[in-house]
Amino acid sequence: MMSTEAEDRRRVSGAFGRLARRPESGSFIGMIFVYVFFAILGGKVFLGAPGFSSWLNTAAEVGIIALPVGLLMIAGELDLSVGSVIPAASLTVAIISGHHDAPEIIGILAGLCVGLLVGFVNGYLVTRTTIPSIIISIGTMFGVMGMTLGFTVMIAGSTGVFIVPDPVTKALLGQFVGGMFQVTMFWWAAFIVVVYYLLHISHYGNWIYALGGDRESARNAGIPTRRLTIGLFMLSGFAAAFVGVGQVLTYQSAQVLTGQAFIFNSIMCVVIGGVLLTGGAGSVVGIVFGTLTFSIVNQGIFFSGLDPNIGSVIIGALLLIAVLTNDSFRQMAQSYAAKREP
Amino acid sequence: MTERPPILELRDIDKSFGPIDVLHKISLKVHEGEVLCLLGDNGAGKSTLIKTLAGVHKATAGTILMDGEPVEFNRPRDAADRGIATVHQFGGTFPLMSIGRSFFVGVEPTKQWGPFTVFDRKKANEIAVKAVQDFGITRINDGDRLVGGLSGGERQSLAIARAVYFGARVLILDEPTAALGVKQAAHALRIVNEAKRRGLAVIFITHQVMHALAVGDHFAVLIRGSVAADFRKNEKTREEITDLMAGGESMADLEASVEGYVESHEGRLPPTNADE
Ligand SMILES: Nc1ncnc2c1ncn2[C@@H]1O[C@H](COP(=O)(O)OP(=O)(O)O)[C@@H](O)[C@H]1O
Ligand SMILES: [Mg+2]
Repeated sequence: MMSTEAEDRRRVSGAFGRLARRPESGSFIGMIFVYVFFAILGGKVFLGAPGFSSWLNTAAEVGIIALPVGLLMIAGELDLSVGSVIPAASLTVAIISGHHDAPEIIGILAGLCVGLLVGFVNGYLVTRTTIPSIIISIGTMFGVMGMTLGFTVMIAGSTGVFIVPDPVTKALLGQFVGGMFQVTMFWWAAFIVVVYYLLHISHYGNWIYALGGDRESARNAGIPTRRLTIGLFMLSGFAAAFVGVGQVLTYQSAQVLTGQAFIFNSIMCVVIGGVLLTGGAGSVVGIVFGTLTFSIVNQGIFFSGLDPNIGSVIIGALLLIAVLTNDSFRQMAQSYAAKREP
Repeated sequence: MTERPPILELRDIDKSFGPIDVLHKISLKVHEGEVLCLLGDNGAGKSTLIKTLAGVHKATAGTILMDGEPVEFNRPRDAADRGIATVHQFGGTFPLMSIGRSFFVGVEPTKQWGPFTVFDRKKANEIAVKAVQDFGITRINDGDRLVGGLSGGERQSLAIARAVYFGARVLILDEPTAALGVKQAAHALRIVNEAKRRGLAVIFITHQVMHALAVGDHFAVLIRGSVAADFRKNEKTREEITDLMAGGESMADLEASVEGYVESHEGRLPPTNADE
């Protein structure tokens, strides 16, 4: 029998303990920490609009991809192909609507379809084979990269293609608001709302957690695990393509070899945000915090006067800390009972 | 006696994996409101037998009948649809999900909110908590707690309560007490009794004779894949059952050989694995 004193202590610490045990609390503290750190070093410029817009712009682009990559990680899968979907979508838009002068809406839809298609192929292969998704998506990444390069050179005769978007398209997808803030951040907000709904409000969230917890049991419980997996890969392909479309309209040119940085950056945002690498746990709020943390470091370093390489070191350290705390969170959740039993 | 047909009956079930014969001519019956204890040493084929019942393996030969009708299980879902629920040693399989969420995996209660379908967390939590509390686990009162944070016995109870809530008629428990302490094990046994009281047929796998005797109505001892003995409550003593499980070698002989070992090994006990 537990003593009443211990019982009281447990009740008092319960609410706080539960908050502290939530993995996104860690990523929130990390975010505040790096913000204060760069605020001290970067001063007024970092705290003002230039600093604000630079890390928010970075966050918006990587954040759009990090959300579905996070859902996949919660479901126990990785998607590295996003890195080549971005330029593939950019070039599709540039070739169709820039090089060939077709209406922009057609180029944009085609670009987004490229993402959906790559996602479908990833999901299909992952659900029909026993090959881990990390390998499959590396394969599709190289495949898509090669095809993008081949087709671009074949059609446009070079590895870069230009486009001058019309004002409406530009305003919707490629504008700098106030000369500094990319319109992409509103799209990021929209993605956050949709993914939040999927994971935390609708019943699909339960399926995703179950899938990442134990695929076999999830299937036996009647969850259409194949369709769900394919759908999640298509969502991440779509998000990567969306970023690619936004980039080509913002910068008015598309290059074959852009986007590789997004592969690791999106995974880092997700892991710093408290998503378990092994699946089964994570939250949208955490992923958003992780994305902001990553972007603050990534951009803050330029305002700090520090050697930019230090930024990579900080991100590496944050990643390790995040993986360790995420893991101890999981252990705590799983061994809590054993400790309580006398 | 005009008895109703057993809920579940096995007739001459064989199971082999390629050249390896694991089960030979297993015939067993279990009725509603009855606990069948499946006893046997490690490697006797207990897990293989229940996996065959749960649709994980397909029997090489033989028939499975439910309510007197032959049935065929091609996948776990088929068995689940017929009301056969398996609860594994560690209870639920989703330690990182909340009690309410894991309870309703795949059958989530939802409500409509304009055009949006919303997972009804409150309802899920309430039903899940009530279902476990009805099994006497009053310590569980917060459906948001993670399953992984529950004790082994609580997790078992949750899994059993879930099976019962979703209309299970046959409950298969694979070594539910093996990983539990004495108090927790007593707890799990009470839950087995509660399930039985509610009219479920329970197949209780164990190699702990005491636990089997505490709840069993009917016992089957499996040795190297065959039913070596099939008897009802009070037909055999604990010693007889233990001897049977040891494969006919009587416990007294075993003790003598242990003593012999100790004497010839300067007082050290023979190495054992941690079972029992
Ligand atoms: N998939 C399999 N393939 C080959 N042999 C198996 C397989 N599963 C179990 N066995 C063998 O069947 C025997 C019985 O195993 P099991 O049913 O797990 O016993 P128990 O649960 O009684 O300890 C063991 O000798 C084991 O090696
Ligand atoms: Mg076993």
